[in-house]
Amino acid sequence: MPADIAAFPGPAPVAASPRRRHGAQIPGWVSWSLAGPSVVLLVLLMLLPIAAIILLSFTDYRFGALEVSFVGFDNYADLNTDRAFWRALGNTFTYVAMVVPASVFLGLLLAVLINGLTRGRKIYQLIFFLPVTATLVAMATVWKYLLHGTIGPFNLLLKSWGLPAIDFFSDPDLVLGGLALINIWSLAGFNMVLFIAGLTAIPEELYDAASVDGMESPLDRFFSVTLPLLGPTTMFVIITSTITAFKVFDTVAVITRGGPRRGASDVLLYTTYLEGFTYFRMGSAAAMTVVFLAIIMIFAFLQARVLDRKVHY
Amino acid sequence: MSKTRQAGAGMRYTLGQFASHAFLLALAFIFMFPFYVMLVTSFRAPQELFTPEFNWLPQTFTGAHYYIESLTATPVLTFMKNGVVISLGILLVQLLTAIPCAYALAKFEFRGRELLFAIVIFALTVPIQVPALPLFLGLNAIGALDTYFAAMMPFFLSVFAIFLFRQSFKSYPDEIIHAARLDGMSEWAILWTIVVPGSVPAIAAFSVFSLTSHWNDLYWPMIVIRSNELMTPPLGLAYFADSESGENYGALMATATILTAPLMLAFLFAQRQFIRGITMTGVK
Repeated sequence: MPADIAAFPGPAPVAASPRRRHGAQIPGWVSWSLAGPSVVLLVLLMLLPIAAIILLSFTDYRFGALEVSFVGFDNYADLNTDRAFWRALGNTFTYVAMVVPASVFLGLLLAVLINGLTRGRKIYQLIFFLPVTATLVAMATVWKYLLHGTIGPFNLLLKSWGLPAIDFFSDPDLVLGGLALINIWSLAGFNMVLFIAGLTAIPEELYDAASVDGMESPLDRFFSVTLPLLGPTTMFVIITSTITAFKVFDTVAVITRGGPRRGASDVLLYTTYLEGFTYFRMGSAAAMTVVFLAIIMIFAFLQARVLDRKVHY
Repeated sequence: MSKTRQAGAGMRYTLGQFASHAFLLALAFIFMFPFYVMLVTSFRAPQELFTPEFNWLPQTFTGAHYYIESLTATPVLTFMKNGVVISLGILLVQLLTAIPCAYALAKFEFRGRELLFAIVIFALTVPIQVPALPLFLGLNAIGALDTYFAAMMPFFLSVFAIFLFRQSFKSYPDEIIHAARLDGMSEWAILWTIVVPGSVPAIAAFSVFSLTSHWNDLYWPMIVIRSNELMTPPLGLAYFADSESGENYGALMATATILTAPLMLAFLFAQRQFIRGITMTGVK
């Protein structure tokens, strides 16, 4: 990364050959004066901090400490044997594995049903998108009360139907499920909109062709026309949802704080946050951040691959 | 779009529509339930919360009681003011920096353009949690922690805005720009008076996206804001939910309602822009 910065050309000298565009002579410095403020911010807020986080991950720096020394890969080696870190990573993936299939499936179901309606599409879209716009922290406090083990309306309703109460946030085995429920609720409408965009892009003639081929039932046409053509959209929605779910933080910070019992709902970002900003062990927090970045980069790479093959957005 | 209409005439068509509506209504009910609980709880007396069954309506209607309590006993209005200052401040700087950069990337050829664009694409994928630690250390070094500046600084540059505006500016006809240039207009004037007005939809969509994400952000304010007077709505609520009013659900739900209301109302009034703006991250 530092090498990139060094190779970054500064404002081109005025002597450099002016570029032609539609006959106009635009000297390089004009472009650079337009892009300049962004370039400075890009370096200060993005490139240098990323270089710094990688460097930090090889040190034993503690916030406020007077000396720092390089410890090589020690932080990474420590993470490798740190059960709390692996638990957080495992929890994060478990959480992703719950949120992604449910929110993608629900988004697709909503999109297909709403798209097939002759009236009322607007209002349904509005309703299902509402949770996306709601402030998640505020809704997290609502969900915390809603799913409360004894006084939560959800459990009161279950009891009035003669069903046993489910205490999501006090049960270490259920807490991730409870958090996942909130994310599914807040993400399904988002995915629905992406799927509706994908559906609208499917040419009507294909459905006519399917009818001619004798595919009359909506289910037939769904599996033979809609689903295959939604393939790229679906891949894209899956990856986008994965990234969103992977970055879970707010609900954990507000509702469970990693509990109940040590670490039942610790997730990667929350653990990293505690390590860096509560315990101030910067070196080890930096190493966790690098792991986080690496995983995000893999997702982003897949996302770019999918986008490359997709034309209709 | 009349796919269903083609599926078959008469009964099957109406039956299908009816089934869809029934199913969607049931789901809509579930999706709205948290909002309903938030509202109804903010209007009911505390003893009702501990009854063994869920009442759909408050037995004792408390009216504006908890809203007044929330507004007077907690600095909710301060949180909201901070939210407005911080999210508008961020948006303003983002637009001022991203628009010229996007214009340069879209309409000029210059040395380093490819590299700059490649870095923008790379930066698109990096969430705030990655540079957070060094940015925190930097703010601490210059003694700027716990200020509006600290809350805004990491977001002054939006690579997403650059990326989006570049797309939009690219489609602006070169001929018009060239004609303005021949008239002797400066590039700066061409950009702000000719090109930017042509990209209002993209700018509006981005503004919605930026304002909502920073109004709702908990992570960064949690790191750099300590004093109550500077807390943003999510941070203030998280703090408030945790402290004295832990069991005062009426006031808590009233506060949650007040803090969610601005965005929800804005959404109801400008649905198209909101849906476009928020899902833009997914469509980039």
